[in-house]
Amino acid sequence: MNVPGSMTTLRARVREALGKAPVRRNFRAAMDGIRAKRAAALPDATDFAQRRARAAAIRARALARLPELLERLEQRLEANGIQVHWAEDATQANAIVLDLLHRAGARSVIKGKSMVSEETGLNDALGEAGVAVVESDLGEYIVQLAGEPPSHIVAPAIHKNRHEVAALFQAHHPQREATEDIEGLTAEARQVLRRRFAQADAGISGVNFLVAETGTLVLVENEGNGRLSTSAPPLHIAITGIEKVIERLDELPPLLDLLTRSATGQPITTYVNFISGPRRADELDGPREVHLVLLDNGRARIHADPLFADTLRCIRCGSCINHCPVYVQVGGHAYGSVYPGPIGALLEPQRLGLEAGGSLTSACTLCGACGDVCPVAIPLPGLINQLRAEGVEPRPDSPLPDAGRLRHRGEALLWRLWATIYAHPHRYRWLARLLTALRRLAPRRLGAWTRWREAPRPAARDLHRPGARSGVLR
Amino acid sequence: MNEARDHILKRLRTVRREAPDTGAPSPATGADGETLIARFRAALEAVRGEVHRLRDGDWVGWLARELPARGVGNLLAGTGEIGHTLQAHPIPGVTLHRYDRPVEDWKDALFDHIDAGITGCRGAIAATGSLILWPGPEEPRLLSLVPPLHIVLLDAANLHADLATAIRSQGWAQGLPTNALLITGPSKTADIEQTLTWGIHGPRELVVLILG
Repeated sequence: MNVPGSMTTLRARVREALGKAPVRRNFRAAMDGIRAKRAAALPDATDFAQRRARAAAIRARALARLPELLERLEQRLEANGIQVHWAEDATQANAIVLDLLHRAGARSVIKGKSMVSEETGLNDALGEAGVAVVESDLGEYIVQLAGEPPSHIVAPAIHKNRHEVAALFQAHHPQREATEDIEGLTAEARQVLRRRFAQADAGISGVNFLVAETGTLVLVENEGNGRLSTSAPPLHIAITGIEKVIERLDELPPLLDLLTRSATGQPITTYVNFISGPRRADELDGPREVHLVLLDNGRARIHADPLFADTLRCIRCGSCINHCPVYVQVGGHAYGSVYPGPIGALLEPQRLGLEAGGSLTSACTLCGACGDVCPVAIPLPGLINQLRAEGVEPRPDSPLPDAGRLRHRGEALLWRLWATIYAHPHRYRWLARLLTALRRLAPRRLGAWTRWREAPRPAARDLHRPGARSGVLR
Repeated sequence: MNEARDHILKRLRTVRREAPDTGAPSPATGADGETLIARFRAALEAVRGEVHRLRDGDWVGWLARELPARGVGNLLAGTGEIGHTLQAHPIPGVTLHRYDRPVEDWKDALFDHIDAGITGCRGAIAATGSLILWPGPEEPRLLSLVPPLHIVLLDAANLHADLATAIRSQGWAQGLPTNALLITGPSKTADIEQTLTWGIHGPRELVVLILG
């Protein structure tokens, strides 16, 4: 079992990531570029504030009525001929997908991009069951060949440069002429994956928005792999979280606009794909069956928590990740979680529990950049800080798994002592005098703090005496 | 898995929250047809879409000039009006194929041998340079996706200021086809070093002929 947020492993991964200079250069370059694009696409702060207030309200309204909307969605989808399946956790979701594939006799699957399937470990589950899965989003295909998880939710192979991609392609497509040229590599992937699209027995995709009113799955993409995965094979299985639903179609444009501008700085992606049913009798292509797997996996619990329910507003644009000063230094793999960066630090501890995921909140400087750019105004820094508190001093009835479990007795005692002393002027003065007198005994090494800094040394005279003499302090 | 469904819905029903008002959709800006066309063209050209303005009946002539010059030997059309017109006016050097049988019967040929696909569209969106396609029996989904070149005929009268306006005035909420699409430019990716590269899985080129 991978424990993404445990402190020792997080520290080890961060140290490892900081040692990889080429990878850090890849991240720096990519993030600088993507931030500039986003800034150009949303240049006016007042306009952005208005737009995101509306987007946030649409998402909040949908979440407030989530059970009703899901039922309406299910009813509309089934009326449209799309079969709906519900999964409480990753195991159930993977079992549903496998069962659908088995019933169809599907042996080969082509996949469009889906972070929820990363969350359930679907590829491994299918692989173990003997189903061949090929990722078709170029970035996902690259990390699949490398045997790595995505390092970014929108740009999965952002940590790799062209030379690394070229080496991977050469190893996996030995019959093709080697190239290090990005256009050549892209053309190579096109040729290899085109065969897969033509031959696949089933396509699996994620979903960006579910529209309850019309019973529609909306997929947003640039490559066309999402369209091919959902229209070339005879069977399409979509998998997504229960929070993705919105009520009406006319609520889609403002969300779509902010999603693409925030994610990649585009006014719109090349393709926006609205799927409202399988192939009808008179149609000549499209899947004969369309299924939607709705995954809970902790979301309903988050939904019930008044403090953290806003987490579910997220539309997975990745903008918080792109603007995070920690992410840009350490990259996505250092987090060890499915979702990295600020949204990961907020979502994963809630999903996995504070013991397993809680230390991810320490990979945050509370600088506030993520909160500033979030297109649905999730107060990320405040919530991440609140999560830290839940680990050591939770609300009385905190629904968070492992609430309070990160509390260390020694540390708690020390803070209580500090509070007792600092709350009273004479105790404080007494401590200051004591520390001044004992200053030569102050330790020179203070664990991780002094690895890069000098230990603080109490001054020879505390500030109170000169302050009191000059009349500034009493 | 009805048990899972009931559990999930039950968990979601443990809380009741105020549903905030989302406010009215922003009204579309009024603009005349020529302004919309200019906006559409600029937005689509910015993402490497090719746009030409033709008189109504001139598109077959345009194809007859351009397709051979671009090396298109095999053109795919649907079974609707566009296909009929092309069948009635063969283009020398270009073999016309009709998408008139289920894809399973000829998938390999579709993926390997077709150079260009031609479709109509339900209209377009000026703000983003997007084409609205509703594939169906006459123009199946893969017609606009698999061939490396996609040619679209757009009626100049069918331009909408933005997506919200199009959804409203075309009545999308009253019923969508099994598949509806917004297409804005040729297929692209920036997954390697954030470098924009064209034609990864879908068409490498998108040509829009605005008619009228």
